[in-house]
Amino acid sequence: MRASWIITAALLVLSSPALGCQLGGLRGTGDLGLVVEREAGRVQVIETSGDTSLCTIEGLGDLSHASITYSRDGRYGYVFGRDGGLSKVDLLTGELVKRIVQAGNAIGGAISQDGRLVAVSNYDPGGVRVFDADTLAPVADIPATYGADGARSKVVGLVDAPDQRFVFSLYDAGEIWVADLSDPASPQVRKFREVGDQPYDGLITPDGRYYLAGLFGEDGVALLDLWDLDKGVQRILDGYGHGEEPLPVYKMPHLEGWASAGDVLFLPAVGRHELLVVDRRTWQEVDRIAVHGQPVFAEARPDGRQVWVNFAHPLNDVVQVIDVPSRKIVRTLRPGPAVLHLEFTPRGEQVWLSVRDEDRVEVYDTRTLERVATLPADKPSGIFLAARADRIGL
Amino acid sequence: MVELRTLVAMLVVGLVSASAQAEPPQGRQDQLLYRLRQDCGSCHGMTLKGGLGPPLLPAAIAGKDDDALIEVILHGVAGTPMPPWDFEISRDEAAWLVRRLKEGLDES
Repeated sequence: MRASWIITAALLVLSSPALGCQLGGLRGTGDLGLVVEREAGRVQVIETSGDTSLCTIEGLGDLSHASITYSRDGRYGYVFGRDGGLSKVDLLTGELVKRIVQAGNAIGGAISQDGRLVAVSNYDPGGVRVFDADTLAPVADIPATYGADGARSKVVGLVDAPDQRFVFSLYDAGEIWVADLSDPASPQVRKFREVGDQPYDGLITPDGRYYLAGLFGEDGVALLDLWDLDKGVQRILDGYGHGEEPLPVYKMPHLEGWASAGDVLFLPAVGRHELLVVDRRTWQEVDRIAVHGQPVFAEARPDGRQVWVNFAHPLNDVVQVIDVPSRKIVRTLRPGPAVLHLEFTPRGEQVWLSVRDEDRVEVYDTRTLERVATLPADKPSGIFLAARADRIGL
Repeated sequence: MVELRTLVAMLVVGLVSASAQAEPPQGRQDQLLYRLRQDCGSCHGMTLKGGLGPPLLPAAIAGKDDDALIEVILHGVAGTPMPPWDFEISRDEAAWLVRRLKEGLDES
């Protein structure tokens, strides 16, 4: 009786994923990643060579809209939570290394070019705070103050840029700021005003040269050439809605995983069930592709051959695959209700999808477009692979 | 006898709730609360403390008129990202959501 109880307890311990990672000796992190289980306030450490879950890391707070960036060695993930939490987790030991609550309400973050600084964009108090990547000790505070009365704006679209800079957009103020952190204690901020109404997210091209802010309040995109700041912000794709009444948007598009494929980019239109195809030399629209719903993420397979798109509620059970050369939809998949995010493996043979309402993560083969694995996950949202450690803007 | 008493009790409860405010059936209530946290939560935060959209916690909306809040849910707010939800939420359901939000979800 007693022996069987001990065996049962031992089995429970062995099968519990919460007790550190079962990594089996030395290994790298190039095939590891984190899946956000937002309601449970934890992340799963997964690996993409055998498509398995290794362990979970708990106690990360309110993970709605959580995003993750990685240390330059790919070992640590920095998890940015809605509650202002900044958590540093160790993918190799499955431990929460350190957690601070740095603001009342936060939206995302970025790591500096040299890997020493982690920046967080905050809604409340509006601004950017910068921390030591090693210790999470505060390094700099950049309040997003604007206008005559010193109001503070929510900050969105924070990315890292070459030359130890961070670039971000002020949602309420309609501004883009470029902060140079080469002297971390005294950031040099250059402000670009009146870039457009309600910039809702921003992105940087994979080469680190151009920053784009999508505008919610008007049809158009603000473009900044980081190689030539004196040129100022240009407006591109002006009036892409042709003055038509926009459709309601039940989830804001995200630009981070923007699809750069060869000479063209694929951008989600706002309030339109379309992807805009933009020539990245002239910044002119060259085509638009009618899709299933309001696109949320449009992501290119790393080789640029395909673009995968997910959609806003209530059409979020579908993912469409676009063939880039022909710009045609080649497959409409129905992975399940509420597909929130998708992430390609670094060389693009797989894509991972989170299916929130059925508590699972799906892995698809991008050549056959068939599902190859399913992993249980509690209300999964974002999927972030450690290979992001090596990429500008992620 | 017991059954009769139960029946009377059910009738009384039914009359009281019909004369007060319509309550969606339990299954629908669960759906609405799930929608509130998971999908409204994409802008207002899963715990409703706010995000790109304003907070929906009791203290934040206590002073606001119920009918105005119901209008916002059903028809959205022009010039902001708040979309109309009348394609899948009825007026009675919106009214129930407003009551629940003002009470606070965590107290339930």
